[in-house]
Amino acid sequence: MLTLVYSTSSLPGRQSNLSLSLSRISLLRDLADQKFESHTLAYLTFVSYHRGNMHGRPRKAYKPEEEAASAAKAAKLRSLQNQFMSNHHAKIYTKEAIDLSTKLLEINPEAYTAWNYRKLAVEDTLSREESNQDLVKSVLDEELKVVESALRQNFKSYGAWHHRKWVLSKGHSSVGNELRLLDKFQTLDSRNFHAWNYRRFVVELTNRSKEDELKYTEDMISKDFSNYSAWHNRSVLLSSLLAKAEGFMPNEKIPDEYQLVHDAIFTDEDDQSGWFYHLWLLDQTVNVETPLLTSSWPSHAGCLNDSSSSKLTTSCSESGSFPLILYFNQAVGGVSSSSTVTIDTELKGNEDVVWEPVSKKNSHVSCVWVARLKYISSEPCFGKEYKVKVKIGNSPGIVSSRGCNFSASYEFVFTAHVHDTVEESSQEGIVSWTDGFDIWDAESKDLNALATLDRSNAQMDSKWRQEAIAEEIDLFRELPDSKIGKLTLARLLMAKAMISDDAVKGVHYNEILELYKDLMALDSSHYQYYKDVHSVALLRKVTSSTEDLSGHLFRCRNMNNSVCLRLNNLSLSRIASVEKLLFVQMLDLSHNELHSTEGLEGMQLLSCLNLSHNRIRSFSALDSLRHLKQLRVLDVSHNHIGEHSVDTTRYLCSSPLFNSEWTRDEVGRQMPTLVTKYWDAYFVLRDLNLKQLDITGNVIAGDVFSSFVLRVVPKLVWLDGKKLEI
Amino acid sequence: MGGFAGNTGHDPHVLYTLSAVQILALFDKLDILDVGKVSSYVAGLQNEDGSFSGDMWGEVDTRFSYIAICCLSILKCLDKISVEKAVDYIVSCKNLDGGFGCTPGAESHAGQIFCCVGALAITGSLHHVDKDLLGWWLCERQVKSGGLNGRPEKLPDVCYSWWVLSSLIMIDRVHWIDKAKLVKFILDCQDLENGGISDRPDDAVDIFHTYFGVAGLSLLEYPGVKAIDPAYALPVDVINRILLTK
Repeated sequence: MLTLVYSTSSLPGRQSNLSLSLSRISLLRDLADQKFESHTLAYLTFVSYHRGNMHGRPRKAYKPEEEAASAAKAAKLRSLQNQFMSNHHAKIYTKEAIDLSTKLLEINPEAYTAWNYRKLAVEDTLSREESNQDLVKSVLDEELKVVESALRQNFKSYGAWHHRKWVLSKGHSSVGNELRLLDKFQTLDSRNFHAWNYRRFVVELTNRSKEDELKYTEDMISKDFSNYSAWHNRSVLLSSLLAKAEGFMPNEKIPDEYQLVHDAIFTDEDDQSGWFYHLWLLDQTVNVETPLLTSSWPSHAGCLNDSSSSKLTTSCSESGSFPLILYFNQAVGGVSSSSTVTIDTELKGNEDVVWEPVSKKNSHVSCVWVARLKYISSEPCFGKEYKVKVKIGNSPGIVSSRGCNFSASYEFVFTAHVHDTVEESSQEGIVSWTDGFDIWDAESKDLNALATLDRSNAQMDSKWRQEAIAEEIDLFRELPDSKIGKLTLARLLMAKAMISDDAVKGVHYNEILELYKDLMALDSSHYQYYKDVHSVALLRKVTSSTEDLSGHLFRCRNMNNSVCLRLNNLSLSRIASVEKLLFVQMLDLSHNELHSTEGLEGMQLLSCLNLSHNRIRSFSALDSLRHLKQLRVLDVSHNHIGEHSVDTTRYLCSSPLFNSEWTRDEVGRQMPTLVTKYWDAYFVLRDLNLKQLDITGNVIAGDVFSSFVLRVVPKLVWLDGKKLEI
Repeated sequence: MGGFAGNTGHDPHVLYTLSAVQILALFDKLDILDVGKVSSYVAGLQNEDGSFSGDMWGEVDTRFSYIAICCLSILKCLDKISVEKAVDYIVSCKNLDGGFGCTPGAESHAGQIFCCVGALAITGSLHHVDKDLLGWWLCERQVKSGGLNGRPEKLPDVCYSWWVLSSLIMIDRVHWIDKAKLVKFILDCQDLENGGISDRPDDAVDIFHTYFGVAGLSLLEYPGVKAIDPAYALPVDVINRILLTK
């Protein structure tokens, strides 16, 4: 089988005669038994395969005379190769030997060892003749000729292009020809990425200005707008020039670029060349590099007490602490109480508060940062109120993962009402999702104390941004029904919401939702994409004002009036707007279409979560729940856990697949087989302190899995509605 | 030297070194290797900026970053390289459309995206990927025929059933394409008389596209096909055997 693999790459033209005796669909069934042998072997050479030989060759009927001709060709090539190999191993660099390698490369530019050999031959000459400048130059020019003829054969040959770079890097060759050569390639194939990469190499070698290269991309685009490669290069150059901001101001240049890309979008509504460039322009218009604080819990002027709000301190009584949550608009590092965040409070025991990023173990950056403030309830402090002042950003140090400094400084103040904690009737009663809920009082000012929903991210220099978006919206409204027209309009309207001052009034979320529904029908192949963005827009709408949100809020009498948010039966396939929901303690997401809990990690107050009747396929999809230290009640019944062989969150969770994370505790060591089989369930469940779990209605459920769960979660009280014997 | 060549007598290169390691992993015969030598050969090809050369001649490409990381992970020798720098280099190849190229500034291409996303997956670094942005770019590779292309405005090709699909799976956005249509496209690329799968319907078959078609069908959960790991391109049970058991 090894021979099969090699013959594919060294003997072009032979592929069609590989008698692999592959038989149709039955092959696919055989594979289950044969452990993917022949097919993985084929894969193993994928990285060396070259497009020149393997694509666009019409299927022809097997002809015996072709086989004979092919075999003769192969024999000739094999003898050439054998001769070459003996020269290479004997380090023979005579003119004849070098000419032999030229012949070999002419037939097969993918003979990578021949390119290596030529480099050795050149170095051999250079070491002996470096003073003879003319000879050196002619030797290198010969190399460039060989590369050019190889490229004529296969202009996508990695070996050939690298050899050219290697020769040019020696510094003895004239670079003037190179751009002309590239122009020729551009005409042959404007999308040849090897040529574009080589262009970048030459530009650096010759110190050509970014402005000149920008002009080049503009020339290419005006010749043919359907040149994604040119648009890509333009974006790279422009973003670098904009960052330097000398004569390249975003408020001037970005509107110009919108004009430029319109032709590309409107001329052929199916041509994607301009789509991603336009999306990038939108991103430049809407997003600012500097990180901002989007929300916090408690929110400013919030009041934590046991009368008006939801006895928030009570539900934290087990730990004697409550969380402080900071939610940034992008991943940042450097949040620490020793420098960048100061907490001013009379609550004792909080001199050394530790801020932790809500992210994977070894990561120092996150959008969400949490610290815990302690309160000592044994002290005779009944009815005492403590003010807490949190200051962020007074000293520098908070930096985004892209290296931008958090520059604004924020301050928020709230009051914590600590009361005498009577020993709670052990919260051992089963939590019901249906009984004992009170409607939220829409008039009550509580919600404003819990969350600031109406604050928008108005930018300082927002005039040009708002104008650009308004113009684009007008333009795209004029477009006849097209996929890209509707999609871009929906995105523009969402963007408008993000940067408008009167975000709540100006944006019609209903129009956005209608556009996505249209797209689900218009472009059904991407139905689930539009479904996801529809869910995001729906949640933005729900959280855009207190009126919208209060219709979904309830209080759970049996859980000390905990705040319960009901988002069930909304066809949600994505979670979003979590930054506006940090105050939620019970969340009902049942009867939706969620397949992952990505995004929920910010809801640090969450103690009860209902995910029943969704599309969760594995415990790895629930990985974000590991960050919810207060979670006690989890319902994942009636999902698809264990049903699928493909795990789409296998690499997104913190898992033993990243070698270093594989540490087992005592429980794990006692059940090695089960822990290997249920590794993702093990990692998620062991980090949670659950009291109540529902897993019925999943393929994975059963006696084996249940007993595994009981070993991993020893403090569990309720499983699938039944109280467990202690 | 530690490295493997494409055939006996040829020069060593990481490409074939990975192939050798993967073949042996498949047959559970990694013990015939001098793991120290092989891993040192691969680790020795990491450059100052975290990138990897393919061999001593210095060609740098994110394909080689993937190869080195994949190979060393299977050999459990990832600590021989600077994973942090390797990740930094890959992130420097991230483009404004969310995709990745072979070197910084190079155009996004599904093959390179697979390599970069795979390397980030193996090292637990997928948080560097903007999943929604890249996910949209990748799902728009599905053309009207149901097949996938490798970049905008190119023809569909069965090999992208692996590269685009595995990338989508690793970032949990595979539900954004029409799986049934893709299955139909792959099956249409079969040579129903002589067997094998080609790049496009009615083209000549070859072993590469046969592999990619079958691997793609595995990721699409086609009945009767074994589960394949999207990052390592080896069966899931092989990877679990190597990485999950001590």
